[in-house]
Amino acid sequence: MKKIYKYVLLDIIQNKIVLIYTFLLLVISFSVFTLESNSAKGLLSLLNIILIIVPLICIIFSTIYIYNSSEFIELLVGQPVKRKSIWLSLFGGLASSLSLAFFVGVGIPILLYHADSTGIMMIAMGLFLTVIFVSIAMFAAGIIRDKAKGIGLSILLWLYFSLIFDAMVLFLLFQFQDYPLERVMVFFSFLNPIDLGRIQILLQMDISALMGYTGAIFREFFGNSLGIMISFAGLFVWVLFPLLLSLKKFKKKDL
Amino acid sequence: MKKVLYTLVMVCLVALCAKGKTIRVGKLKPFKSIQAAIDFSVNGDTILVDPGLYKEKNIIIQKSVTLKGIGFPVLDGDKKYAIISVKAKNVLIEGFKLQRTGRSEIRDLGAIMIYDSYKVSAINNILDDTNFGIYVQNSKKCTIKDNSITAYGKNELQSGNGIHCWRSDSLIIIGNKIKGHRDGLYFEFVKNSLIWRNVSTKNVRYGIHFMFSNRNTYIGNIFESNEAGVAVMYSKNIHMYNNHFLNNWGDAAYGILLKDITDSEISGNYFTKNTVGLHMEGCSRINLYKNTFNNNGWAVKIQASCDGNDFTGSNFVGNTFDIGTNGSLVLNTFTGNYWDKYEGYDLGRDGIGDVPYHPVSMYSMIIDSNPAALMLFRSLIVSLLDKTEKILPGVTPESLRDDKPVMKRIPL
Amino acid sequence: MIVAKNITKSFSRLKALDEMSVTFSKGECIALLGPNGCGKTTLIKTILGMVVPDSGTIEFDHEPIAGQWLYRNRIGYMPQIGRYPENMTIANVFEMMKDIRKGSCKQLDEDLMESFELKALMHKKMHTLSGGTRQKVSACLSFLFNPDVLILDEPTAGLDPVSSEKLKEKIIMQKEKGKLILITSHVLSELDDLVTEVFYMQDGKRVFSKKILELKEETGEERLSKAVAKMMVLSNEQKHDKSYTF
Repeated sequence: MKKIYKYVLLDIIQNKIVLIYTFLLLVISFSVFTLESNSAKGLLSLLNIILIIVPLICIIFSTIYIYNSSEFIELLVGQPVKRKSIWLSLFGGLASSLSLAFFVGVGIPILLYHADSTGIMMIAMGLFLTVIFVSIAMFAAGIIRDKAKGIGLSILLWLYFSLIFDAMVLFLLFQFQDYPLERVMVFFSFLNPIDLGRIQILLQMDISALMGYTGAIFREFFGNSLGIMISFAGLFVWVLFPLLLSLKKFKKKDL
Repeated sequence: MKKVLYTLVMVCLVALCAKGKTIRVGKLKPFKSIQAAIDFSVNGDTILVDPGLYKEKNIIIQKSVTLKGIGFPVLDGDKKYAIISVKAKNVLIEGFKLQRTGRSEIRDLGAIMIYDSYKVSAINNILDDTNFGIYVQNSKKCTIKDNSITAYGKNELQSGNGIHCWRSDSLIIIGNKIKGHRDGLYFEFVKNSLIWRNVSTKNVRYGIHFMFSNRNTYIGNIFESNEAGVAVMYSKNIHMYNNHFLNNWGDAAYGILLKDITDSEISGNYFTKNTVGLHMEGCSRINLYKNTFNNNGWAVKIQASCDGNDFTGSNFVGNTFDIGTNGSLVLNTFTGNYWDKYEGYDLGRDGIGDVPYHPVSMYSMIIDSNPAALMLFRSLIVSLLDKTEKILPGVTPESLRDDKPVMKRIPL
Repeated sequence: MIVAKNITKSFSRLKALDEMSVTFSKGECIALLGPNGCGKTTLIKTILGMVVPDSGTIEFDHEPIAGQWLYRNRIGYMPQIGRYPENMTIANVFEMMKDIRKGSCKQLDEDLMESFELKALMHKKMHTLSGGTRQKVSACLSFLFNPDVLILDEPTAGLDPVSSEKLKEKIIMQKEKGKLILITSHVLSELDDLVTEVFYMQDGKRVFSKKILELKEETGEERLSKAVAKMMVLSNEQKHDKSYTF
């Protein structure tokens, strides 16, 4: 397991795309912090990077990487190696290298310019989303053999989590406008890791809107340490669920 | 000439006589009790009270005397009584510590009660654990200055107001520090008064609350961290300058709530870190200029029932939503303000943006009608909706806009 | 050594293996023969665990292989088309394989590497290699760990005649050491000196399996290719005979 992980990691770290990704994040983060007059506004711009760009890059890169590793997988499957370790090593390699890229590209600038609870929460959520979307990519690549279709599915999944799901929620909200939906919304937010991550970050950041008024239930639920723990548990499930599904699929896959 | 001189001397003599004698109260002094000294005094006398603890039930002043404490003598109401009741003109109460007033369901009990009087002053007293602090009723030209008024109210029902004024005229209320009451300052039917440099914090309900109180001026007061912020209603000709409304969080908390306020001026105020900085309903013809709205959830919520209000020369910085409204009818104007969310350009280089700014976002309207939509706050779908709405306004009121948004923050 | 019982595997509508049962024992060198798409490669891959059969069991040394991986320590596999991580060098691939199979054998067998003169190409990346060189790499890897079982899928395809001959020599040497060797090939003439048995399959089913001596006796042919061809005719006739007798 360790050995295969080592080879995957070495291979990805040499990959130019990960280096470019890291560099790009670094440039964006520093320019956001140096160009914006107040660092709070900078954080807001970074929020969009974390919630939209990071998942997109992670899911697409991972999907393509898995398809491109088919030779590697094929080579190893005929060897005395557990299939589970091959798959988990791929996941581990992707997750740790992309997390490292995120940490260098976004985490370090945040720690330099805005090392408070908001910043820490943003880093934590960024790392979570990185790992979750690698896991979702494993799922997409695991269930579909064809590379083009697989990449298509992963883009669709990204679109679903970053846009379509929220649109559906909005639609529901208008359909059931007359009902008290706050609690339902708390439940819904667990169905989408991007929403969950965003709410956690916003609770640290935009307290002005969330503290009072309509956010009472959100704050009650997510604001205390139990709520934060439950959300983290939810995010963990989002890491494990697609990964385990894909692992199950991979164990029976014909190569 | 002689006649003039004679008159002058006579005036001086009268003035000297009017100053009256000084009566001392204290353990080692002729009078052991303040009430006894007051009973002994005549108009114009001064009563000096030594340090010590005085439990005298309700002290009643019905003569024009000056009551002064030396080293803050303590007047204790034993949690049963009002402490001082004034029913005469030209009374001064200064330098006492008044504590532990009673509480009653039937009567309002307070530390200093001023009834039907004229020119009564309460200056530099410390009030601690009071139900009502200073209570003014049916009086004129009273001065309440530099008092520190603290209560430990837990809920609205069981606590009174810090400075409570009812049906009075020409009051001057300066430099008081009020804490922990129901409403820090409360006015009902009070006119022509000046409220200046008071600090009202951590009250159970409002920092200041007034109704039916016209032609008053509020300058340089600080209202901070009150449970429900500040609420003022049904008044005309209000002038508010350079006040601070800070840190009022909660689902019914406002930096300031204006209800049915008309023909007023609100200028140079700071609204900072409130759930809603300024909430207006049923307001007409208010001039709002040179105010600063920083880091509020909503900087301003203006209901469609408002008309003829004019926002100019104000800064809107770091607010989650700049303006919220509940209808499409807009009878108010916004001109020449600075909005940090403005994304327009200034080709003419005159410091004024070339395209109008629409301070109402579609999402703020969605939230207004559908609070649970908060879950989607700052999501991609919401920013897309907002962007489309900016280009093709459909839901947000097209006429609510600033045609001359200022490019740079206005120095205030 | 390898016992397969009633293996069935379908890819969508195509039945690659149909109730296939087979036994391969130590010391045998078996030629897996059959037309294209008859299921040879699928059979090999099921033995290796790369393809999971729909039903049936495979035992390796009396142990079922489902979900197991350690038995593969004893197998050297040379795929039909060797696919390797593109941006690894040959040296990388060898190092990685040695690393992964560390402990599976004490004595590395690097004869082929020397006879193929691969050492000079070690620094080359996999994607720059010709098909033949890749085949050489595959061959070297399959022999490298001195496995008890060798599974060679079209081993000589794409190799130049000299290398092909070297590989054959190597296979014969291994056979003499008493290892089980499975070979598929289209070029029957190449197998003449190698195999001890022939296993012929079609449409996922066994047509016949015979010791090479028996085969040659039955058909009266010396050359494998002709013997097999004749055998095919015979078995077809048998079928026809049966149908006529009814």
